[in-house]
This record gives sequence, structure tokens and C-alpha cells, in this order.
Amino acid sequence: MEISSGGSGMATRARGVVRDGTRALVLAVVGLPGALVLYVLAVVSLLLVPLGVGIVTTPWVLAGVRGFADWRRVVAAEWCGVRIPSGYRPVPVDANPWGRCFRLLSDRATWRDLIWLQVDMTAGFVTALLPAALLFYPLEGFALAAGLWRVFTDGTYIGWWYAFVPVSGQASALAAGALGVVFLVASYHLTPSLLRVHFLLTRAVLAPGQGELAERVRVLTETRRAAVDTSAAELRRIERDLHDGAQARLVAMGMDLGTIEALIEKDPAKARELLARARKSSADALTELRDLVRGIHPPVLAERGLGDAVRALALRVPIASEVNVDFDGRRAAAPVESAAYFAVSEVLTNAVKHAGADRVWIDLRHSDGMLRIAVTDNGRGGARIGTGSGLAGIERRLGTFDGVLAVSSPAGGPTMVSLEIPCELS
Amino acid sequence: MRVVLAEDLFLLRDGLVRLLEAYDFEIAAAVESGPELTRALAELTPDVAVVDVRLPPSHTDEGLQCALQARRDRPGLPVLVLSQHVEQLYARELLADGTGGVGYLLKDRVFDAEQFIDAVRRVAAGGTAMDPQVIQQLLSRRSAGSKPLGRLTARELEVLELMAQGRSNAAIAGQLVVTERAIAKHTSNIFAKLGLEVSDDDNRRVLAVLAYLDQGR
Repeated sequence: MEISSGGSGMATRARGVVRDGTRALVLAVVGLPGALVLYVLAVVSLLLVPLGVGIVTTPWVLAGVRGFADWRRVVAAEWCGVRIPSGYRPVPVDANPWGRCFRLLSDRATWRDLIWLQVDMTAGFVTALLPAALLFYPLEGFALAAGLWRVFTDGTYIGWWYAFVPVSGQASALAAGALGVVFLVASYHLTPSLLRVHFLLTRAVLAPGQGELAERVRVLTETRRAAVDTSAAELRRIERDLHDGAQARLVAMGMDLGTIEALIEKDPAKARELLARARKSSADALTELRDLVRGIHPPVLAERGLGDAVRALALRVPIASEVNVDFDGRRAAAPVESAAYFAVSEVLTNAVKHAGADRVWIDLRHSDGMLRIAVTDNGRGGARIGTGSGLAGIERRLGTFDGVLAVSSPAGGPTMVSLEIPCELS
Repeated sequence: MRVVLAEDLFLLRDGLVRLLEAYDFEIAAAVESGPELTRALAELTPDVAVVDVRLPPSHTDEGLQCALQARRDRPGLPVLVLSQHVEQLYARELLADGTGGVGYLLKDRVFDAEQFIDAVRRVAAGGTAMDPQVIQQLLSRRSAGSKPLGRLTARELEVLELMAQGRSNAAIAGQLVVTERAIAKHTSNIFAKLGLEVSDDDNRRVLAVLAYLDQGR
């Protein structure tokens, strides 16, 4: 019993090490070119600001940088539990290009991002490569020991160096294999911590420092203002919809009923015709009210909570969908559920309308006080958080709850939208 | 025929009682909350229950849950669920046990008294009555993605829609103003194209259709 439980513990640990090593490899492979390209683009774009071109391009490039940083925030929290707060100041929706550009340039978070890109392509790359190398380099040692050395040498000269072991024959190849074992043991003990070091480094550069509490207050003030503006606009829309829709239909129905009262003796045929119209008016009014309610607070969300509401939503999209929820039966606070629901709804609409996807996977999880939602589709990709897109609206909505949105959508697809909202379930 | 009715809004409950009584149903009980409904269903053994989805005290989907529980306790208990909105998710839960005798309609459907009463009778007799909205959502979804439905003609889709709502061949023929034999031909074509076993049982064929529409997601 003792042995078997120890064994399964080791197996779990080994699986974790392989997973972390692979993740580190992904970080190294994606991080270096990503950071390099974004940094060069950002510098070029900033240099072009005096010429005017940069005013237009800078917001786009910086949006890309933020997306890249947000992706790192998401994987840091998901893979290692390292929370990296973001402190971007929201940009007003109706800002002109110059206002937008100036706003971004006056945001300290922007400069923090740019410094982080430099760190990420150097120290960040090294700290990601190291755990990956510890895990994968031993494979070469084993291959050499197993006979690969013959490719490099006939045994009379040093044909290959494995780390500091000169490989010149079967004996030294076995030494290389032994060194591989040493590396593997080191990897078993060190890889997870090394990956964590990478994210801690990221956090050290990317997270707003203590001295930036004032910054944080400003962010809060602005997200609050955005929230108030959004809800005021929402109220106006609801009022208008009621006024022009259901209310008008009920008035028409009342008038028809009045006419029917007068006609019922004189002209029963006409009265019957009006009755049919009145019934149709009331049915239409109900349909409109129903749509309105769905737009404010969807019934399934109210009745069953986020999990089933998203399932119902997935049933309504005309493409194949798969929904996984790991917190069924537990509810988040109503405003959080609502924000998450509408975010998923918007993302699904995008997948159907713009990405031309025919399959979508929705994953809802809750752990460590975080609600995490991933929506992946097999469409053509190319989605980005920019001005005027629905994704920007989602970002604003989530901002109120300190939520983060990250979009990975290379041209050609697939698109993966992840969002995170800190919240507790009850 | 004895009915247990659950609806929390007085006006609607009163209207439903009046309507059902006008069509010679006997109201065994008209209740306004989940616990009362559960008790009435257990004690009165009605022929059919007409239930609002949202009921006190929780004001969530309590009516639906009570109805599902009652059907677990007494399989095949006919239940017609009324709702302010219809969701495929709920329709699937109602149909899941496959014993039939279920209905799920928008509340507005009571505007057309005859059709509504027809639905209540159909459910009480062990058939199904699914809201056209549910069926339409299902059909639009399927015809977008899957090939078998794409092979159906427009008329066959129309027939399938009515069939999935729970109508008999005679009723479909009446609605589409064609002979019953024409409908029988359409239905056997549909079954052939969908690869479903032909069955005389009205209720089983609806469940088969819905099960087909439901799978392959």
C-alpha cells in the first residue's frame, strides 16, 4: 500500500513535470518571436508618431502588445497560479485616433508592457528555455548512448559534445547517457519551480507596483464610470424598446377592443376581424417583451445559473457545440454571471457570424477564486480586440469586475477566447 | 378528466381554471407554489398536470423540477409545462425519460383555446405537445449542419415539424389541407430518409424524431 501510493505520487509528479516542461517549451518558442516582433513594431510605430502615421498604427500595435501580455497573465494564473494584475486605463469608446494614441502613451501600463517585452525576449526566454531544456535535453543523451554516436564519429575522434562530455565512442556515449539521467533527475525536482520563476519574473515587471496605488484608483474610477455609462445607455434602450414596441402594441390592442365593443352588434364580421388583429397584437407584444427580457436577464440564467444558461445558449447557435462546466449547482454573484453570460454570447455570435466556424468548445471552470471561461472555435481566425469590435465591449464589461480577456486568433484559425473574472461561488 | 393546475399569478390561474372548465375538465386542484404542487400530485392522482415553470417559493424553475420529480415517482404521469419562454434544454429534460405524456408550451398558446385544449388532451392521452418554437429551433439547427435533413423537401420538413410537435397524421392532414394518405406517404419518406424505424405508435415516433434531432451534436 505504502509503495503503491508512493508510486502513484511519483507518477503524478512526473506527469506534472512533463506538462510543465512542455509548457515552458511553448513559452520559449512563442514568447521570443512574439516579444521581438511586437517590440520592433511598437518602436517603429512610436517613431512614426511625429509623421502622423504612428497615431493611427500605435493603438493597433499596443492592442497587440496588451493581448500578448494578457495571454501571459492568463497562462501564468492557469499553469502556475501566479496572479498578475493588470492596470490598464480604459480608452473612451468615442475617442478620436489622436486622443486614443495620447491616452495609451500617457498610461504607465503601456510603458511597463514595452519594458516587459525586452525582459521577456531575454531573461524571460532563458527562464522558459531552462526548464524545457532540462526535460528534453536528456533525450539526446539517451539517443547518443543508444547508438546515435556512430553518426558523428567512428570512435577515433571527438565527433560531438553532449554538454561537457566529448563523445568519441560507446564509452563516452554512455557517459553522456548517464549525464542525461542526471539532467532528468534535476528536471524532476526543478522544472515546476523553474517555470514558476519565469512567471514570477513576468509578474515582477508586468504587475503594477506598490507606488501605483493611485493608478489603481484611477483605473477603478474609470471602470466605474464606464459601468455607469453602460447601464444608463442600457436603461435608455430598454425604455425606448418598451415605448416603441410592447407599449404601442397594447395601446393599439386597447383601441381595437374599443372599436370591437362598438361594432359587435352592428357588424359582427368586422368585429371578428378586429378581434383576430387584437389577439395578434397581444402575441406580438409578448414576443417583444420576451426578447427584451432575454436581452436584460435571460430566464435560464435567472433560473439555473451560468452553467445551464451557457448550455441553453449553445443549443441555440446553429453550429455543433460542446459545453463543459465544473461548478454545476453553484452560483456566482448575479452581476458576474450576467457579464460572463453576455461575454460568451458575444463570442459565440462572432464565431458563427465572422469566423465561419462549424464547431465550438466552451469550457467553464472555477478554481482559486477565479471563474475561467475558454471559448474555442475552428473558424478562420483573425479576431482581435480593437475599436468597434464586440470584443472591446466585452473587455469593458469585464473591466468592471477586474476581469481579463485574452484572444488568440491567428489568421486561418483556430480562435481561442479566454476570460477570467475573480469571484466566489456560493 | 381531472386536472391539477399550478400557476402563481392569480389572474392567469383563474383564467386557466375557467378555460379548462369551459371544455369540461374537472379541476382537482389549482395551486400556486412548488410544495403545494408536489403534495397535490402525490395525493390527488390527476389525469394530467398543467404546470408553470416558475413557481414560488424559489421563483426559479421550481415547477419544472416538481413535475420531473413527480414523473420519477410515477412514471408516465402526464405533465404539460407552460412557460413564459421555451428552451431546448428544458424540452430535453422533459423528454429524457422517453415515456411520453409530456408537453412544453409557451404561455401565449392559451390564446388559441382550441389548440391549447387539444394539446392538453394529447398529453393526457400519453402523447406529446412540443411548442412550435422548440421544434423550429431544432430544425433550423439541424438543417444548417446535418445532411439527412437537407435531403428533405420543403413539404416534408413542414410535415416533420408538425409531427415533432406531436400531431397525428389526421391532424397534420387537416392542418395542411391534404389527404391523410398523402401525409402517410410523406411520413414514410421522412422515416426512410432519416433512417428511422416506422412505428404505428404516435408518441414513439415523435420521441424518435426528437431523439434524432437531439443527437449527433
